[in-house]
Amino acid sequence: MDMNTWNILLVDDEVDFIVTLAERLELRGVNARVVHDGEAALKAVADNVPQVIVLDVMMPGMKGIEVLQKVKSEHPKVEVILLTGQGKTRDGIEGMRHGAFAYLTKPLDLEELIRTIDEAIRLPEGTPHA
Amino acid sequence: MEAIKADLATVINSPDRYKLLRRKIVLLMALVTLLPLLSLAAINYYEHQNSMSAEIQAPLRSLVGKAKHSFELFLAERTSTISFIASAYSFDELSNDANLQRIFQVMRREFTGFVDLGLIDTAGNQVSYAGPYDLKDRNYTSQDWFHQVQFKGTYISDVFLGFRKFPHVVIAVRHTTESGQSWILRATLDTMHFDRIISAMGLEPGSDAFLVSRNGILQTESRRYGKVLDLLPFDLPPTNFESNVQSIRDPDQNDIYIASAFIADSDFALVAVKLKPTAFSTWYTVRLDLLVIFVTGVIFIFMAVYRLTSVLINRLQESDEQRLGAIHQMEHSQKLSSIGRLAAGVAHEINNPLAIINEKAGLMRDIMGLRPDFPEKEKFSKQIESILRSVDRCRGITHRMLGFAKRMDVKIEVLDVNAVLEETLGFLEREAQYRNVELRRELSKNLPNIATDHGQIQQVFLNILNNALAAVPDGGRIVLSSWNVDDHYVAISIEDNGCGMSEETAKNMFEPFFTTKKEKGTGLGMSITYGIVKRLGGEIKVESKLNEGTTMTILLPKHPVEG
Repeated sequence: MDMNTWNILLVDDEVDFIVTLAERLELRGVNARVVHDGEAALKAVADNVPQVIVLDVMMPGMKGIEVLQKVKSEHPKVEVILLTGQGKTRDGIEGMRHGAFAYLTKPLDLEELIRTIDEAIRLPEGTPHA
Repeated sequence: MEAIKADLATVINSPDRYKLLRRKIVLLMALVTLLPLLSLAAINYYEHQNSMSAEIQAPLRSLVGKAKHSFELFLAERTSTISFIASAYSFDELSNDANLQRIFQVMRREFTGFVDLGLIDTAGNQVSYAGPYDLKDRNYTSQDWFHQVQFKGTYISDVFLGFRKFPHVVIAVRHTTESGQSWILRATLDTMHFDRIISAMGLEPGSDAFLVSRNGILQTESRRYGKVLDLLPFDLPPTNFESNVQSIRDPDQNDIYIASAFIADSDFALVAVKLKPTAFSTWYTVRLDLLVIFVTGVIFIFMAVYRLTSVLINRLQESDEQRLGAIHQMEHSQKLSSIGRLAAGVAHEINNPLAIINEKAGLMRDIMGLRPDFPEKEKFSKQIESILRSVDRCRGITHRMLGFAKRMDVKIEVLDVNAVLEETLGFLEREAQYRNVELRRELSKNLPNIATDHGQIQQVFLNILNNALAAVPDGGRIVLSSWNVDDHYVAISIEDNGCGMSEETAKNMFEPFFTTKKEKGTGLGMSITYGIVKRLGGEIKVESKLNEGTTMTILLPKHPVEG
């Protein structure tokens, strides 16, 4: 697992949460950019296309699903991992239908997140995923 | 809705209301059906009786009419014969005994019934006589009939017994010549001919006919009321010359029809009597038939009305109960769903700060992990682990709350209910041991596996066992049983010998927020339990007696239900 080379974008309006998450990833050698809303996310993607986006579904302004759709339409190779609240399984399933790689529920298990990102990055191109 | 429920509850909880309603409907329906029937039957009865009575009276009236004519004809014939003889012969001719004897012989030959014939002058002396008795030179001036014949011209006597003890009647006729001389011709008739006329009436057995004088003396023998010259034992009803029928009761207490008519030129009335029971025998049979039909009809109507009303009332009661049940269920689910929405909202709101705490604590642990020389590392580590454990617990709580809100996603798997029960008992065994509570298992060894949700079933058992444990005193007993009910269900019962519940508590125990544990309980446990069992297609029942204990019985389907 060569986490140093990963190009990750983290999107969540909950600043405390996402900044701390970025910091913890950094401690594990992952360089992650952080933005706090949908527009900023699209801009960040346009600047530098990441391998994986970790995207919160519930955000003020542009919703996660909308960001997902836009990113997927322009950059189909970018994998998106959705963050949903508990009991919001339906949001996650809808995201999967729109091409998300996986969905994880908050509060997060960091190890699980890293494992999922790794799987997304190592996914052979063109392999259809559930 | 509360008002409707309260109404329905009062209705259903007062069986008297249904009884009253049933009685009212039965009465009303019976009245509506029986009243016309009753009046119809009554009208029919009286009309029929009247026409029957008229039918009986008419022949009796005409019979008396005809017989009366016969009597009148008989008497008129005799009277005219005597009258003819009195005017055809002179006093001298008649006063000659030989002449009178000859005339008497001719008369007897031509007309039946004459017994003797005599000539009497105006002084009342018997001038001549032809007949069996020696009446010559007798004087009649002191006798009543002599004055009557002088006065009226003709006279017919009442019946009297002659010397031979045969009933007789006297006919006397006065004749006055143009020169003013007058005499009286007197003849005696026996009354055998009267009897002949009466027997010619062709009376039915039990009927009677007789002649009676104005003062009530029988002139012929009566079958029922005495012999000749006896006094009729009752007053003759008002009588005239037209035959007339009346209904009276005779001294023997028989109801009779009595037809009577006076016979012209005499003191007699002809009377015919017919017993009502004989006359009405056909009517009585008809009446009995009518009565039987009527009573059968009434019974039949009553039965039909009663059955119909019963069906009606039962339907009504059933539908009332169903309605109340539906309202209860609706209320319950409404309460549940509003609690669910609240729980979901709370869970979501808590998730985000929880995620932050989780990450912050995680970061702290990460940093400490990277710095081996961190002062008091161990102590901080412990704190962090504690925070993370608490986050996990919170996660569990919000998960359950969301599960309650969404009624949880059901995961059906085939499992052994006894094993789940044992597993659940494991959670409580320590407390039970500590409090010396006996956990007795009476589990069926060949209970089939059922397809249901492991986690939810466990929650149901846990909730009930927790309540049971809370209810029993130290040293108490909890009995767990399981058995196979039928092709579709298995049953599990949890019985404790604890404090039990009042009827009121048992009724409310599945209501959300209902608790007897004061601050310790949320009042959701049994409500959730009820919701789960229902969702899995099962049933839950509670039997409880205050201070004796509680038995909770759960029926679970062997196969998951649709929806």
